[in-house]
Amino acid sequence: MRVARPRTISEALSALDDNPGSQLLAGGTDFCVEVNYGHRRPEGVVCLRRVAELRDFEVGEGKVRIGAGTTYTEMVKRLSGVLPALAAAARTVGSPQIRNAGTLGGNVATASPAGDTLPLLAALDAEVVLVSSKARRVVPLNELITGVKTTTIGPGEMVAEVVVPRISGPQHFLKVGTRNAMVISIASAAVVVDLQAQVVRCGLGSVGPVPIRASRAEEMISEAIDWDDLSAPRAALERFGDLAAEAARPITDHRSTADYRKRAVAVIAARAMRRSLTRVT
Amino acid sequence: MVSPSVMRRRGSHLGASVLRPDGGPKAKGEFAFSSDMWMDGMLWGRTLRSPYPAALIKGIDVSPALAIPGVRAVISAQDVPGRKTFGLERADQPVFASDVVRYHGEPVAAVAADHPDTARRAAAAIRVDYEPLEPLVVAEAAINAPAIHPDGNVFRHIVIRTGDPTAVGDVVVEGTYEVGMQDQAFMGPESGLAVPSLDGGVDLYVATQWLHADRDQIAESLAMDPRMVRVSLAGVGGAFGGREDVSLQIHACLLALRSGRPVKMVYGRDESFFGHVHRHPAKMWYRHHANRDGELVNVEARIVLDGGAYLSSSNAVISNAVCFAAGPYRLANAKVEGWAARTNNPPCGAMRGFGAVQVCYGHEAQMDKLAAELGMDPVQFRLKNVLRRNDKMITGQVIKGTAPVEEVIRAAVSHPLPVPLDSSAEMMSLPGGAGMTADISDVRRGVGVAVGFKNLAYSEGYDDFTTARIRLDLSPQGEPVATVVIATAEVGQGFVTLASQIVRDLLGVDQVVLAPAGTEDIGSAGSSSASRQTWMSGGAIEHVCMMLRDSLLERAAGELDCPSSDLIMRDGEVSRESTAQRVSMTSLLAAGPLQAEHEFHHAKTQPLGVDGQGDAMLSLMFAAHRAVVDVDPDLGLVRVVQVTTGQDVGKALNPVQVTGQIEGGIAQGIGLAVMEEIVLDEGRVRNPSFTDYLIPTALDVPEVAATLIEEPEPGAPFGAKGVGEPPTISSGPAVAAAIRAATGLDVTRVPVRPQDLALRR
Repeated sequence: MRVARPRTISEALSALDDNPGSQLLAGGTDFCVEVNYGHRRPEGVVCLRRVAELRDFEVGEGKVRIGAGTTYTEMVKRLSGVLPALAAAARTVGSPQIRNAGTLGGNVATASPAGDTLPLLAALDAEVVLVSSKARRVVPLNELITGVKTTTIGPGEMVAEVVVPRISGPQHFLKVGTRNAMVISIASAAVVVDLQAQVVRCGLGSVGPVPIRASRAEEMISEAIDWDDLSAPRAALERFGDLAAEAARPITDHRSTADYRKRAVAVIAARAMRRSLTRVT
Repeated sequence: MVSPSVMRRRGSHLGASVLRPDGGPKAKGEFAFSSDMWMDGMLWGRTLRSPYPAALIKGIDVSPALAIPGVRAVISAQDVPGRKTFGLERADQPVFASDVVRYHGEPVAAVAADHPDTARRAAAAIRVDYEPLEPLVVAEAAINAPAIHPDGNVFRHIVIRTGDPTAVGDVVVEGTYEVGMQDQAFMGPESGLAVPSLDGGVDLYVATQWLHADRDQIAESLAMDPRMVRVSLAGVGGAFGGREDVSLQIHACLLALRSGRPVKMVYGRDESFFGHVHRHPAKMWYRHHANRDGELVNVEARIVLDGGAYLSSSNAVISNAVCFAAGPYRLANAKVEGWAARTNNPPCGAMRGFGAVQVCYGHEAQMDKLAAELGMDPVQFRLKNVLRRNDKMITGQVIKGTAPVEEVIRAAVSHPLPVPLDSSAEMMSLPGGAGMTADISDVRRGVGVAVGFKNLAYSEGYDDFTTARIRLDLSPQGEPVATVVIATAEVGQGFVTLASQIVRDLLGVDQVVLAPAGTEDIGSAGSSSASRQTWMSGGAIEHVCMMLRDSLLERAAGELDCPSSDLIMRDGEVSRESTAQRVSMTSLLAAGPLQAEHEFHHAKTQPLGVDGQGDAMLSLMFAAHRAVVDVDPDLGLVRVVQVTTGQDVGKALNPVQVTGQIEGGIAQGIGLAVMEEIVLDEGRVRNPSFTDYLIPTALDVPEVAATLIEEPEPGAPFGAKGVGEPPTISSGPAVAAAIRAATGLDVTRVPVRPQDLALRR
């Protein structure tokens, strides 16, 4: 097995070009498990841990750019002010050791339905910057992730950064698992309130092959909110949960049932919304 | 958390909280576990397992594996020179499946290669022609279904009848209960190193619970004199019953002998879930009768345990299940019927609590139901019916030992309750934990109590003895040293600490060395299971110490020219009261070393006779638990807040170790209540990983407060009972009761899944 340990993005991309069968290795929290279980045997790996430029992030006026190599621990520590729901999602990932290793870029590129940062990124209409030795392109998250663990990332390409709009207003992330920590999500929801645009965004995780936007729920609640004091009627909250559940397309597997996932997503979407309001009327 | 009373005794003697010698190394990652072993020139073994729960094997072609460079041996059923099967109670399980596979993950072949990855690829290259069969996966249906094994589908059927089983009470409650398949989930996966020896035999270093039982089964399959098979204990990373049965032992030895090279085998985490037996899933029907005044009248029960594809210890587990089915309560009348059945599910066998755990969920749910029906407080109702010394169990056995059932209940409920739920609670401390799913208004609190009991050591006439030898000698520096030779498997329970404490206490020797545990130099110590080693191995060591004391006194008597009855031994020296003469052990040992050996047997027990009656149990251990849980009913998520317990320990010989067993046992108990389950789909294991087989994390384990009830057990060495299993028996049922209290729902199945609560509202 060929192992490349580049220090820059361009070195990483050349290593990818030189060894087309290679797998990019960031935190390895998914990939190494698959190798251990014998599910994958790559011809080589390109290790990204030393690529310092992948760990940069920048909080701009209108946008936040987050390097793909940003670990969950760094998200918890450094982004809880500007993206509290991302920090909350990162906090739910694995154990401290896993959070020290796993990265945002890995979560996006792995594209697991249970990826914990994905509901929020979906809610924010995140854009993913892909680079190769030939080009740089920007792909919206909902075009990047096409199915269970499948993406439009091409050969020789890697995730360089994730760009989300900077939105002022409350945001919350809730995740349901059958253990109080270190558990794979069986349903999750992110709610972002945009006070300026007076709209609510809502992303759902683990209830479909890809992260889901609960668009009808968003439209309904954005109408129902009294934006002067950020309040909404209790019935609208319940309706919000129900519409979120309607948007979900969950399956039954060994972790949970489709019925429960629908119920859970209704409950947590409504609670995320409730927490975002100052008052329920 | 350790209650202050537990920590009061200091020093290095019995009753003191001596720290274990391997504690520091284990905490620092310096302890050598069995998976850390290495030998120059060793090969790596790998097992090929069936992907089907039931299939005929039409053919096995190992040639593609043998063709891979670096592969040194490939073996299957035809390469087993001796007995083709193994088993703890009866050898009904193939070393390798030959013509039929009966469970998902059953070994079919094994390879040894220069590199673990070569071994993995070689195992995958073996071509097995399977013809899949419809698996038999429902235990109740298996009882009368066509046999899937020459021995039939019913491992054991037992009926216990006492008094008038048709007696009817004023109040009758009925219920059916179900327990899922729990795994021992020990941290150190199965691993061992087999080394061919010059004499044509084999040395095996392995993590196990019972060295001699392994040795005898290996020797049978190798067609070898047991003396040619030397099994030594390698560092064990937990056991909980899951290492009683043979896993890789025979395979590794066969590969070593075939290749003429040392062979190391280490299961990965996924393979570990296929490599050992699990806790029996149970389906239980109960009908309880009581009088208006709250006196139990009759218990009727039917219990079906799913034993999986092979026997393992199912016969003993179903015996325990029926014997303890009614709980630690006085009963004039009972009829309990139990089956352990064979299915195409993974084999089930020993796990901490051994049959007593499953039925505790049933009898304690029923006790709460009866209390509710009677309008009585559930604790008072239990106290009114508890077993006491000289009472009869439903097996007719009169309890001659201690039975502080009332005391353990009172102790469990007397601990202060946790602070009430209020708005200052951190969100992460609520149900849902790090997922931050609940606000305080979404949560309800409940409290539940449960009581359980179980026997200590093997039952029904089984003679599970322990052999020990101690040599007293002088070190090169001239100081007395006691070397203890005993084959007791230290699996984490702390026997190594206790053995030294006993020798120090009885002989007054500071330096105590435990020789490595193995089969070569000493007889069996029995299994490190059934909470038996403190009694059995502790008893064996005690006895040998007393033999050595006698020898020392005799030597001293010769030296002081007086009868040995004039002498006493204390703090490592012999003295004569009347003359104040003293002889140190050093000078007594100057005449040469002393050695003594003893095979220690416990008092005989009887088989269960007609109607399941008989004095089958050596001694009983009791515990009660009170659980406080917070539940988020809309999401069905549970947070266990606190578990308090009273436990009957006889005598706490090392309180900090007792408390460690209690805290760990409670964690394992609540694991079964709220999350731990091997999920099966038509016999296939769906979650063989720690990603999906969930065990409690630090955020799931509650505050624990324990009171040790010390009433010395007559006949027990030092008055001490075993302590490992009771914490796992009633802690989970207490959690189930607390969930019922919090939600008002009739929780009848564990582990309680979120959907079981959230979708029933």
